[in-house]
Amino acid sequence: MRSIAIAAIGAAFFATAANAAEVAPDSVAFGTDGIVAASLTGAAGDPANGKSVFVNRKLGNCLACHVNSDANEHSFHGEIGPSLDGAASRWNEAQLRGILVNSKMTFEDTMMPSFYRLVNGERTMDKFAGKTILTAAQLEDVLAYLQTLK
Amino acid sequence: MKKLLSTVACGIVAMTFGQAAFADPDNNNLTVEGMAISTDAKAMAGGPLDQLFSGWRFRASETQSLQMDDFDNPSFVFVEDGEALYDKVDGSEGKACSSCHEDVAEFKDLRPTLPRWNEAKGKLYSMEQYINDCRVDRMGAEKWKWTGTNMTAMTSLISLQSRGMPISVATDGPVADILSKGKEIYYTRVGQLDMSCANCHEDNFGNMIRADHLSQGQTNGFPTYRLKNAKMNSIHARFKGCMKNIRAKPFKPGGAEFQALELYVASRGNGLAVESPSVRN
Ligand code: HEC
Ligand code: HEC
Repeated sequence: MRSIAIAAIGAAFFATAANAAEVAPDSVAFGTDGIVAASLTGAAGDPANGKSVFVNRKLGNCLACHVNSDANEHSFHGEIGPSLDGAASRWNEAQLRGILVNSKMTFEDTMMPSFYRLVNGERTMDKFAGKTILTAAQLEDVLAYLQTLK
Repeated sequence: MKKLLSTVACGIVAMTFGQAAFADPDNNNLTVEGMAISTDAKAMAGGPLDQLFSGWRFRASETQSLQMDDFDNPSFVFVEDGEALYDKVDGSEGKACSSCHEDVAEFKDLRPTLPRWNEAKGKLYSMEQYINDCRVDRMGAEKWKWTGTNMTAMTSLISLQSRGMPISVATDGPVADILSKGKEIYYTRVGQLDMSCANCHEDNFGNMIRADHLSQGQTNGFPTYRLKNAKMNSIHARFKGCMKNIRAKPFKPGGAEFQALELYVASRGNGLAVESPSVRN
């Protein structure tokens, strides 16, 4: 009983700490070749929610450009970028996070949007200006989901 | 790390290459009312594209077939509206279009050359401006909205007169600066999704973007009936839609930026046959 209470307090503490530790879009630290080593939320993401963000046309909309057999229940996978089957065997966590945060740091001039960057193309609509496409938590969730694509 | 990246990059190149063959436009031939209309053309040397393809070649065969018979083509409901408007007296001068231009067929050489420099006005002119000048200056009538239903009915009727003729907009002389402004807009990455027209229509035509088969974004079919909104769509309305999709603030339809873009995109399609009024999804 006692240990459960302590665990609960521990969890609550970590949740607060995680929020406080959220990395703002303009202070993400990139390593060599555009990698981002540290979690943006200070915690691991949730792969199940990550999949919903991945397929959601208003959020990740990743299927617009990528084939992903794990999401075959959704029709029409785009063919602009490479298939994401086995993505986690080709890229490690820090590399995948870097690609999601700012794809241009890994792939120069890529067409892939940068999902956690404040300033994007010119003439961004007012309602999206100064905002990231995904929140830190959504991005970590997508990342956790990508890591299941072995 | 660098090595890993380049290995992966090679893989990507190979995959993209593999897709390119698979992702070509289809080989269907367009005949409309028994008349063959070419849907490809050799591009001018030195341009960004080797081979030009009409958007028709990237549509599903059901959509394609709607354009092969004027009876099936939903645009013709609007062309008929255009015919009625053509004969309709409007404005303080008691005139209709047909009071001055008896037969609409006299416009048969017009569509391929637009937009073009209007010497008298000292600016680039699209079909919409010629129509509105007639309405205001000669008929004493109100201007029509650039993307409105009366305007697209009329531009559909007038464009139809040139069906099958090759697009041939002038790119030199007084329009040269406007053309380069249009080109700059075409290659500028815009919006929260940070893409340029070229990302989709030059680098990826033939590829699927979700359920859409990307074309070269040519304008030879405009005005076009879209199944999506069940009406005629002007060139500027299409540009606006593409910009909104990438979460960019569109330029104003009828404004200088979209006109420059209209000229530049038309020039990329010089040689493609006019298909207006076409059908797209
Ligand atoms: C508009 C197109 C587009 C969208 C949307 C898009 N991507 Fe990409 N992505 C690409 C392209 C193109 C590449 C290849 C990199 C390049 O440009 O060389 C790529 C590369 C990748 C890679 C590296 C794949 C490999 O195996 O090399 C991953 C992982 C990835 N994307 C994940 C995602 C995820 C997850 C999302 C959604 C949150 C997403 N992408 C949305 C176009 C896109
Ligand atoms: C994110 C991808 C994307 C971008 C960026 C984009 N478009 Fe499009 N565009 C499409 C899609 C999808 C269609 C419908 C299928 C097709 O014809 O390619 C389309 C259609 C068109 C068409 C109609 C072609 C036809 O034959 O009916 C034109 C013209 C066009 N785009 C011009 C532009 C211009 C100019 C820009 C830049 C301002 C632009 N597009 C930016 C995706 C895009």
